[in-house]
Amino acid sequence: MQEIDLAIIGGGPAGLAAALGAHAEGVKDIVIFERDSAPGGILNQCIHNGFGLHTFKEELTGPEYAERFLQQVLAAKIPIWRNTMVLDITPGRVITAVNEQGEVKVKAKAIILAMGCRERPRGALNIPGTRPAGIFTAGTAQKYVNLNGYLPGREVVILGSGDIGLIMARRLTLEGAHVQAVVELMPFSTGLKRNIVQCLDDFGIPLMLSHTVTEIIGKKRVEAVKIAQVDDKRQPIAGTEQLIKCDTLLLSVGLLPENELSKSAGVQLSPITGGAVVDDRLQTSVEGIFACGNVLHVHDLVDFVSEESMLAGRSAARYILKNQSQKRHNIPIITKQGVRYTVPSFVDPALMDDPLAVRFRVDKVYRDHRICVYFGDQLETSRKTRILTPGEMESVTLTRAMFEKHAGAPSVTIAIEEA
Amino acid sequence: MKTLTCINCPIGCQITVSTDAQGVQHIEGYTCKRGLTYAQTELTNPTRTVTSTVRLHGGPVGQLPVKTDAPIPKGKIKDCMLALKPVAVNAPVQAGDIIVRDVCGTGANIIATRSIPAQ
Repeated sequence: MQEIDLAIIGGGPAGLAAALGAHAEGVKDIVIFERDSAPGGILNQCIHNGFGLHTFKEELTGPEYAERFLQQVLAAKIPIWRNTMVLDITPGRVITAVNEQGEVKVKAKAIILAMGCRERPRGALNIPGTRPAGIFTAGTAQKYVNLNGYLPGREVVILGSGDIGLIMARRLTLEGAHVQAVVELMPFSTGLKRNIVQCLDDFGIPLMLSHTVTEIIGKKRVEAVKIAQVDDKRQPIAGTEQLIKCDTLLLSVGLLPENELSKSAGVQLSPITGGAVVDDRLQTSVEGIFACGNVLHVHDLVDFVSEESMLAGRSAARYILKNQSQKRHNIPIITKQGVRYTVPSFVDPALMDDPLAVRFRVDKVYRDHRICVYFGDQLETSRKTRILTPGEMESVTLTRAMFEKHAGAPSVTIAIEEA
Repeated sequence: MKTLTCINCPIGCQITVSTDAQGVQHIEGYTCKRGLTYAQTELTNPTRTVTSTVRLHGGPVGQLPVKTDAPIPKGKIKDCMLALKPVAVNAPVQAGDIIVRDVCGTGANIIATRSIPAQ
């Protein structure tokens, strides 16, 4: 069996940045496993611009952003095994993959999980009705249009107003389809304001908040969808149903980290993020296995994926070079009042990056609130914010000095409080 | 009266623009400087960077992503899309290559946003 230092599962933005992070830290024997024929992941089909504002201080398209990282990976001569699908990872870090050579088995000193996420499908929503052609997830439609050059339909309704749904509303309109409406279950959109204005308002596409699709109608092809207004418990209100004739329904209803391989490796997953539970180095519950990017928790900005993945790469490299696990003294990060989760979940003040970014999401929209950080029951910092929304990932910064000031604090708590 | 949604942050202030009897414009509803600047630009010269694809021959996928290398007037987006419809290119392509020069007289070029190596 071939033995390598570091295996990175996935050659999207997370995998590419993780490889660079590890390489810069001194590990050279790296392999990136990529199941597609080209690296870059989902960025290859995200042809719109707005990527890289934090990292490069300019607005790039998805393929341009991917290329900047890919060029560095190629310059560092880090091999990318293309058309290679990883089938299994053991807790002992043996990887089984399949490609044109057949079955490949590799043992790695460390593994970085960077498989990304997938879209929630129709089956996850239980929309009643028939099962005709013409129902796509927004990302599938995006692939058909932007990579293959096929238009998936002419008369379109989009369920879900996350950024992918909004971006596809504009894209399909520009390509000649008619987008009748974007239907959103919640009373607010989780998409960026910029996308609501530039993808919907610019083209006069209505955004129907507090509405949902209650039935799909059509024999061979979608013929219409029934939509209805929902109450504050998200239940359809009788009498508000209306029929929209269309041939296509796009679903943009959330993303799920793709963690089948993590499970086979015995990695503990968080029921909230669907991704691994990690410490400040982004190491999972299995020693020598790290996670980053959308497989860890779904991001809205690729810049933060790259930043997080560089850390995973550096951490994996340090683990490999020391070739032993250091004794850690983990302090848990507790979430309270409005904070759904944090990444990481644990931190060792003596070994952590200083400063350390702790990322989190809130559970609903908060106006004029404060983000508070407690060490034990002592308030350490609090930051006023005009608005917090579930669609935008937030972060707080922890420093070693804070832990020294509050030596002996059993935990760190992050909470949203009224200003 | 015209209503705009500010795009600078998640608050999304509703900015209204009205013209009084003397023909003076009043911009209201913004809560920071960026909002005022945004409203002024949207009123006088709204522009957008257009991103799309053109046919690609000899590549791993059928489409090549492209963009305008500068924002173009909002009213020209449709013309720009029509101008791209018949365009097809052959691999190899380098990101940044000019695909269409001075698209629709906007002064902006259509450039490739992905490098496609020779197969």
